[in-house]
Amino acid sequence: MSEAPAEASVPGPLSAEERDELRRHGILLTSVQELYNWGRSHSVWPLNFGLACCAIEMIAASMARFDIARFGSEVFRPSPRQADLIIVSGTVTKKMAPHVVRLWNQMPEPKYCIAMGACAISGGPFKQGYNVLKGIDRFIPVDVYIPGCPPRPEALLHGLVQLQEKIRQQPLRGPDAPRHLRSDLPCDATVPELGAEDIEPPFSPEIWKPPTLVRPDKA
Amino acid sequence: MMLPDPASTGLARVRKIEGSALGLRTPAFAPEEGAGDLLEVSLGPHHPSTHGVFRMDVVLDGERIVRLKPVFGYLHRNHEKLGEGTSYLGSMPYTDRLDYLNSMTNNWAYAIAVEKLAGIAVTERAEYIRVILAELSRLLNHTCLAGFLMQDCGCSGTPLMYAFREREKILDLFESLSGSRMMCNFQRFGGCRVDPSAEWLAATRKLVDGYGAFLDEFEALLSGNEIVMARTQGVGRLPAALAVNAGVTGPMLRASGVGHDLRKVDGYGVYPRFNFRVPIGREGDVYDRYMVRMLEMRESISILDQALRGLPGGPILDPKSKQRGLRPKAGEAYGRIEGPKGEIGFFLVSDGTGNPTRYRVRAPSFVNLTILEDLCLGHSVADAVIILGSIDIVLGEVDR
Repeated sequence: MSEAPAEASVPGPLSAEERDELRRHGILLTSVQELYNWGRSHSVWPLNFGLACCAIEMIAASMARFDIARFGSEVFRPSPRQADLIIVSGTVTKKMAPHVVRLWNQMPEPKYCIAMGACAISGGPFKQGYNVLKGIDRFIPVDVYIPGCPPRPEALLHGLVQLQEKIRQQPLRGPDAPRHLRSDLPCDATVPELGAEDIEPPFSPEIWKPPTLVRPDKA
Repeated sequence: MMLPDPASTGLARVRKIEGSALGLRTPAFAPEEGAGDLLEVSLGPHHPSTHGVFRMDVVLDGERIVRLKPVFGYLHRNHEKLGEGTSYLGSMPYTDRLDYLNSMTNNWAYAIAVEKLAGIAVTERAEYIRVILAELSRLLNHTCLAGFLMQDCGCSGTPLMYAFREREKILDLFESLSGSRMMCNFQRFGGCRVDPSAEWLAATRKLVDGYGAFLDEFEALLSGNEIVMARTQGVGRLPAALAVNAGVTGPMLRASGVGHDLRKVDGYGVYPRFNFRVPIGREGDVYDRYMVRMLEMRESISILDQALRGLPGGPILDPKSKQRGLRPKAGEAYGRIEGPKGEIGFFLVSDGTGNPTRYRVRAPSFVNLTILEDLCLGHSVADAVIILGSIDIVLGEVDR
């Protein structure tokens, strides 16, 4: 629960205990921001998009036993225009990376990304391969990382709950406002292309910086 | 087909439709020059019906497919090259990720190749455990396939929901035995990794005894369903000669009427000890492919029943077998089994070092996919979707 800054002329925000006390008397106090975030955090529509092994566990999460519908995300949308969340579920190869980024660009804001599984996070067991992208976070801003190979459906549900928590914490104004409410941030991610030797660019500089390697004896 | 002369009638685009009034299911269709504009459509790589990242470049005349070019490689993960740089045991977890629905059968095929290469014997108890796990895998794969196929037919939800309910039960067994739901990494050279406990065997017995009832329910829902029959019968016919020439294996080949099953032909493991039949189809259409799998599951239940009954005691791993630091003598070996999707084989060449110099996978769904265009020509786009669904591909295996 984020709280608006107190101003001089209005009384300060109520504490959580005071609001609980009021709720017991049948009075519900909320802010537009809280109501808005509460609503959208409980109806995150994922893109119906599977890449590899993890996609099977993603399907399993939407089936009867794990039942992702309990968290409001059972509406898997085939079109990126109708989706709020892309679950990058599996190995992203360099041939596939432009398509994944293009799908991301086609999704309307506010949008979120979950990197599901070791491959989507870093390339996983296939990291040595010349054809495997070493993490989708080189092109798309990732909100939640779910480790595992593949992660269990429960892990995906936990990731989704973490994302919901993140959505509920998002202020609508100020420097921490989400991307779509800020004009100073680019709205499109860079779409890579297959170049002569590698995809170009190999990563999107606005989103990802290569780690600076420092030798231990020079540190 | 004769087109009316545009000059005499003034109607340039009118074409005679032969066959039924709806114009559906008329394979006698042949596109003619100038008859209509062709439309090129790219289905995939992000498309819900392509079972992964697979693309079909389809050229359409109206609703009908006149050309189809499969495009793959979107999930090429360098499996074979990585296998050449990894020790023999180190490749075992990678085989899990080939056909990620059936890690147990992939493990088994790879273990057979290495056992042939290094001359390792397999204990009898391990052979039985392998059969049990492979047949459980087959149940899992065919159940899921039927669910996905119905999803492709437009029967959204229920069959897939039922299929995944049963899949979870089998995955529970895999998990309690190997520690992982999907990526079991279970087989070892000369046997397997964990000895199943009496509780595990009792749980498997319970599942096997109850699976027939599930199949009855599933088939009552689907097999005689009028819509399913209208949608799948006569669609995507695969002639037996084409299937044999193209190297198609597995349920797809058997649906076309060729009785070729490696469990009978090779008789690997302890399969010759079991009494089971090999179902074959007659028409080779989508419905037959579905039906062959349904009947195969009934046979799998019978094999499981016999294997659980006859499971002998003893060690699960040959004490002389070596897992780590295995250095087989120079030579080559090809190990193959009848996987749920067809013949899955591994070809290994050793030069006496700890890694294979050549590592090659014969992936059944890749070979089965090569005849996709032949099956789809003349059919509508909606039929191409169910034809692809009936081939049963997994892109991890197709692209490797």
